[in-house]
Amino acid sequence: MPLRWQILWTNAPGAPLHKADGFAIETQNLRKVYGKKVAVRNLSLSVRCGEIFGFLGPNGAGKSTSIKMLLGLVKPTDGQALVLGAPSGSVEIRRKIGFLPEDFRFYTWLTASELLKLHGKLCGLSALSLAERVPALLELLGLTPHREKRLREFSKGMLQRIGLAQALIHEPELIFLDEPTSGLDPMGRRLVRDVIRAQRERGATVFLNSHLLSEVEITCDQVAFIKQGEIVGTHDLRTESGGEIRVVVSAQKLPAETVAGLTRWCTSIRKEDDLLTFSTNSKEVLPEVHRYLAASGADIFSFTPERLSLEELFLKIMGEDRGL
Amino acid sequence: MRGVWIMADVTFREATRRKIVWAALLAGGAFLTLFAAAMHFQAKDLARYNVPPFIRYQVQSSILQVGFYAADVLAVLLAILTSVDTISGEIASGTIHAIATKPVSRWQILIGKWIGFAGMVAVYVALMFAGVGMVGRVVTGIVTPRIFLGGALVYLECLLALTMTVMCGTWFSTLTNGVIVIGLHGIAFIGGWIEQIAALTNSPHLATVGIISSLLMPSEALWHRASFEMQSSFARTLQFTPFANASAPSVTMIGYAVAYLMIAFATAIHHFCERDL
Ligand SMILES: Nc1ncnc2c1ncn2[C@@H]1O[C@H](COP(=O)(O)OP(=O)(O)OP(=O)(O)O)[C@@H](O)[C@H]1O
Ligand SMILES: [Mg+2]
Repeated sequence: MPLRWQILWTNAPGAPLHKADGFAIETQNLRKVYGKKVAVRNLSLSVRCGEIFGFLGPNGAGKSTSIKMLLGLVKPTDGQALVLGAPSGSVEIRRKIGFLPEDFRFYTWLTASELLKLHGKLCGLSALSLAERVPALLELLGLTPHREKRLREFSKGMLQRIGLAQALIHEPELIFLDEPTSGLDPMGRRLVRDVIRAQRERGATVFLNSHLLSEVEITCDQVAFIKQGEIVGTHDLRTESGGEIRVVVSAQKLPAETVAGLTRWCTSIRKEDDLLTFSTNSKEVLPEVHRYLAASGADIFSFTPERLSLEELFLKIMGEDRGL
Repeated sequence: MRGVWIMADVTFREATRRKIVWAALLAGGAFLTLFAAAMHFQAKDLARYNVPPFIRYQVQSSILQVGFYAADVLAVLLAILTSVDTISGEIASGTIHAIATKPVSRWQILIGKWIGFAGMVAVYVALMFAGVGMVGRVVTGIVTPRIFLGGALVYLECLLALTMTVMCGTWFSTLTNGVIVIGLHGIAFIGGWIEQIAALTNSPHLATVGIISSLLMPSEALWHRASFEMQSSFARTLQFTPFANASAPSVTMIGYAVAYLMIAFATAIHHFCERDL
């Protein structure tokens, strides 16, 4: 762990924040209706403590609305939610919760360090700990040269960085990030990724809304897909097994009945000239499939299993329509 | 309570950064200068025409009321215009999201904001009243009676306007809010003056209309009471100026205004706590 993390996360290594198998977030049939528009239909979620949870879905799917309900900004029309064991919206529990809104805005006349001090004070931090944490966070997010700059002079990405800093100022146990990297340059994204990982190392739980699937893929432990206000799938990114595997085989002289026989193990079988592609749900069957194909007397030039990327999985779950 | 003070502090600073506060101060300063000059030349004229001292006193003290009235109008406008954006604007921009998810209750946020604006307006009313009072004293030698009571009533009027603005801000967008509150104050304005005219012309029907308007929004009634308090009974016998206060709103009306303010405040808190952000 680099030194700056250690300065920042005083309670970091060794002392886990929670019981290992507790839930940081549990919701049951959470629902939000705006007029006639159902923003969130039937949200039942469990997020384990210490997990980095990705919440994915197309524009207007209800991601931000869900976060707002969990934070008590928006009253659910129906259903319950427990956040760190307390009903959502409870004021005291917010001491342990950090939030980066979708589009972070604040009084433009505040300087970066004044803003962090204000948010720290709102979280109940003492002047002493603020004096330590404000410069450390500014340093962490690369804003030290801009610490005396007013927010009105900040660019979009700088605002997002300072927004992330205010979400972390009180060392929260649970952090909600609503599209934290949407306005960031590649360095900024890398930084956010590192920050999120460091949060996990100190035992915090992170709830992440994002459209940038390649990033989610490398940071998250667990993802849920939401479409039109409803969870349509979850996916564990830690386990190697599970998830669809696609295999591309380059072979000649493959008998048609052999290809037809693949249905025993495989789905979406397609053959074009010398290229055979099919999908399977378990990598356990791959040796058997390979033997089966070889036994047919075909000449096999390559046999390449590929795991479905999160993006492919997303598009598959959401359907190929335009979204919205 | 810590949350309330943090919010009050940041709101006070936010309010004083607005250009509108400086504009109001500038307008106030310019007004006081002009007012002092006008009073000065008028005093000279009165002396030149050998106006009897008691009439001179009556005329000058009622003109002094014009000065206080200008201060009153500027302060009420300042209270409305600085706070008109605070709730609706912060909801629209999302600024409120970062605040309302901190460990402070929504009522603390709202009360803190209110105190911040109230503090800023208090400074303004104090400055303007001190200015007008000084002009009266230095230029005409008239010491305004019960100026503190008058200032307090005017301040109460500002708080009433502020509370209504904050309350409507929990429902409406900035623009709608501004129209509603200024409209309400317009009703109050008309009501207050109708009551005066009714008293001068001895017209009970007109008086009823005036009272109903003042009940709808009692802000201007507070000014009339303040003006009544800030004139000696001798000055008030001059009946022909609009500031003579032929009929002063009763103490019951003041009590009504206080109750009105408190109900508006409670409604604002309730609705702000309930609504989606
Ligand atoms: N205050 C509101 N009033 C009415 N409808 C709303 C409101 N807020 C959100 N909605 C609707 O609810 C749905 C979900 O919105 P939400 O902001 O949660 O989507 P999202 O998943 O965060 O989208 P994005 O990826 O674009 O941020 C949308 O159809 C939106 O139009
Ligand atoms: Mg969103």
